Amino acid sequence: MKALLLSAAAAIGLAAPACAQDIAITNAKLVVGDGSAPVEGGTVVVRGGRVVAAGAGVAVPAGVRVIDAGGRWVSPGIFAGFTRMGIVEVDGVEATNDTSAANSPFDAALDVAPAVNPKSTPLAVNRLEGVTRAVVAPDNSSGSIFAGQGAVIDTGADMDAVTKPRAFQFMEYGEAGARAAGGSRSAAYALLKNTLFEVRDYVRNPAGFNDRGKEALLTRADAEALVPVVQGRTLLLAHVERASDILVLLQLKREMPGLKLVLVGATEGWTVAREIAAAGVPVIASAVADLPSSFEQLAATQSNIGRMKTAGVLVGIGTINQDEARQARWEKQYAGNLVALGRIPGASGLSWGEAFAAISSRTAEALGMGDEFGSLRSGRRGDVVIWDGDPLELGSSATQVFIDGVEQPMTSRQTRLRDRYWNPREGALPKAYQH
Amino acid sequence: MGASLVALAGCTTAQTRPETASADQSRAPGRGKGYSHDPYPSTYHAYPGAATLVTNVTVLDGEGGRIEGGSVLFRDGKIVAVGQNLSRDADVTVIDGQGKYVTPGVIDIHSHLGDYPSPGVPALSDGNEATGPVTADVWAEHSVWPQDPGFSRALTNGGVTTLQILPGSANLFGGRSVVLKNVYARTMQGMKFPGAPYGLKMACGENPKRVYGSKGRQPSTRMGNIAVDRQTWAKAAEYKRRWDRYEDKGGEMPGRDIAMDTLRGVLDGEILIQNHCYRADEMANVLDMAKEFGYKVTAFHHAVEAYKIADLLKENDTCAAVWADWYGFKMEAYDAVNENLAILEKQGTCAMIHSDDENGIQRLNQEVAKARMSGIKAGYGISEAQAWRWLAINPAKALGIADRTGSLKPGKMADVVLWNGNPFSVYTRPQMVWVDGALLYDANNPKLRPVSDFELGQPGEGDVK
Repeated sequence: MKALLLSAAAAIGLAAPACAQDIAITNAKLVVGDGSAPVEGGTVVVRGGRVVAAGAGVAVPAGVRVIDAGGRWVSPGIFAGFTRMGIVEVDGVEATNDTSAANSPFDAALDVAPAVNPKSTPLAVNRLEGVTRAVVAPDNSSGSIFAGQGAVIDTGADMDAVTKPRAFQFMEYGEAGARAAGGSRSAAYALLKNTLFEVRDYVRNPAGFNDRGKEALLTRADAEALVPVVQGRTLLLAHVERASDILVLLQLKREMPGLKLVLVGATEGWTVAREIAAAGVPVIASAVADLPSSFEQLAATQSNIGRMKTAGVLVGIGTINQDEARQARWEKQYAGNLVALGRIPGASGLSWGEAFAAISSRTAEALGMGDEFGSLRSGRRGDVVIWDGDPLELGSSATQVFIDGVEQPMTSRQTRLRDRYWNPREGALPKAYQH
Repeated sequence: MGASLVALAGCTTAQTRPETASADQSRAPGRGKGYSHDPYPSTYHAYPGAATLVTNVTVLDGEGGRIEGGSVLFRDGKIVAVGQNLSRDADVTVIDGQGKYVTPGVIDIHSHLGDYPSPGVPALSDGNEATGPVTADVWAEHSVWPQDPGFSRALTNGGVTTLQILPGSANLFGGRSVVLKNVYARTMQGMKFPGAPYGLKMACGENPKRVYGSKGRQPSTRMGNIAVDRQTWAKAAEYKRRWDRYEDKGGEMPGRDIAMDTLRGVLDGEILIQNHCYRADEMANVLDMAKEFGYKVTAFHHAVEAYKIADLLKENDTCAAVWADWYGFKMEAYDAVNENLAILEKQGTCAMIHSDDENGIQRLNQEVAKARMSGIKAGYGISEAQAWRWLAINPAKALGIADRTGSLKPGKMADVVLWNGNPFSVYTRPQMVWVDGALLYDANNPKLRPVSDFELGQPGEGDVK
């Protein structure tokens, strides 16, 4: 969302959402989102769509809209670490599902940005619960471990949802990668190495790629899409669960130090946490996965994130294999569960501040975007949420949501249905006449 | 003397309980005696427990009652007393629960643990007999893998003490369900809830028509679903007529049809219908079909649109088992609202939470907390005690076991959870869980964390999960 453009549109009378206002939210129980504990009596000031100051002793500038939070919780919006929000409306209705492309000749070249639908209902549903940004990844198909280029989006009520297109390349490793590559981890590894070598060739002589014919293992478009990955300009997000697979990828990174690797999933990450930390590789993990759902997740435990954090790994929370298309809002509950773990002998949880950071700044930092999103530190985008209670607590609601400083509407298709059927009886006219 | 007799009986029972069904079966004549209705009986026995008094807690009794500064006393596997000033016998283990809550064990009416266990590999996938739209002959209990690690997570994270295992929803008539106590055993029968009625899993909507439509056979539409259902019920009515006549009057014994045995059980009111159904209009169709053939739908499961017909469900004395906030994954789940449970409650309709999920079952208390707050914020107040019925007495009723479990009433099974805080808070977890008075989980005792056979010797064995 571009605040300036929107202001211009409003000025000439186009239908547009409310404009970015300069605002100061005062008297807040302020969550900065950087891992620190909430502070009482805090103020956050947003100007031109960005945070200019946040803290306990912050002065309110003249001429800005002042919102007295009345002691309520105020935080950065949730930065959902891993989703497929906006590229699928109903999983069961294939025509609405743009997550993967089984019949496309392309893989790494696929780009979710043109597929993102800002009017997809999950955006509003999640916005109402304080989710303001999300990492959106494509899914891979048979034939390649590479799924394509993912984006970071916002959930604002406008037509401009893609905050950063082609923010990363997404790849399946482990069991899913093995299946896609032909049937084994060896095949996945061979495909990965071969692809990276081919991309290096492409970089040396792009023209040579024109005549490779139909049997080429890498199309020109896919090779082109992987150039910035090989050159370390674009992140490679790799879904991987098993400890041994994680170590294989860390070894690959040693061979190609330029590679900017981020692990997604990493259920068994805690068992090799020191190695992950030493490699400086961030992780986006599921928070509460504690079942041996597959043979690559035998060591699953809810203590995974806490233990990786203790070992020095940068970890954020994502909804991996947990209804990625629409339930980013569950991340708050998951973070709360990690706090609860702190009271179980032998378990490792997170402090409240770190738990909140795991769904705000840590995920943004893992994506290399900590300077832009995920906290209320000065200079970040003005994504701010006012809550009626502790945002990690069950049943707490967002009462006001700002994205890039723009106040958002607080209705969704679900709230409309709720209102229509609050008294589930026929009236004088059928329900269809009750708007 | 009474107490010592009970204790003695308990010991004897535990040692002599048969591990397989007896071959001795009673025969017709006599209604219901034509064939055994319980050929795979429960061999579950209560595990040893100490007489226990949990004091100083907030008690939610599971039927809508709440006691502050309360105590719960159980002995010999049964609830003895719940109240404010219970006397302490010398032999009783006393647990001071200052600042904590005690509730009845959580009951999940919809689970596939054991039938779709972890790890979710095809070799262990035994939940859908997707080879024909009518498989009323299959019994979910014959698929249950008692070593599923999911049972332990449901116990230790979710406080789940009782759960119904259902066949999946590929078929219109999916087969019989089984109700289990949440304890590890070597056999399914060792987990089986003694005397719980069977359920018949039925499914309407997208799943059956998709599964069979893709095979180019009936049903491929919603009207095809109902057509096959009606044809099957008509056949069941005829089967029942023949068997009733035989059992009443003798004569030549009719042929056995294992699928029809189950449907006859439904028509006799002995087996409860547990019906997967999302959409309001489809639930209405099913209710009329039940009237047409003279059976009752005990509960609709996954009833995402139940809120639209809360009045109709109430009128038909049919319960709705729902999620707090699942939505949109398929077309018939598109109209979900977070206030579903609240609207049902407001209308006085029988309602409950359910999981259908090996992860969700670990946090059903949290799902209820979300559902309750959604209702409160939309303008309908629901107390914590009232909301706990969605996890306790209501599912117990819909399973036909409310006389034995589902609330903290004297004489009932001592299925009890001590929570380390308010169980409507995300920061709260079970501290101790008892099943029939036996302590099967204690957060502070590493030895009371079940490790299934599958997990033994594997990475992460015995870790706090």
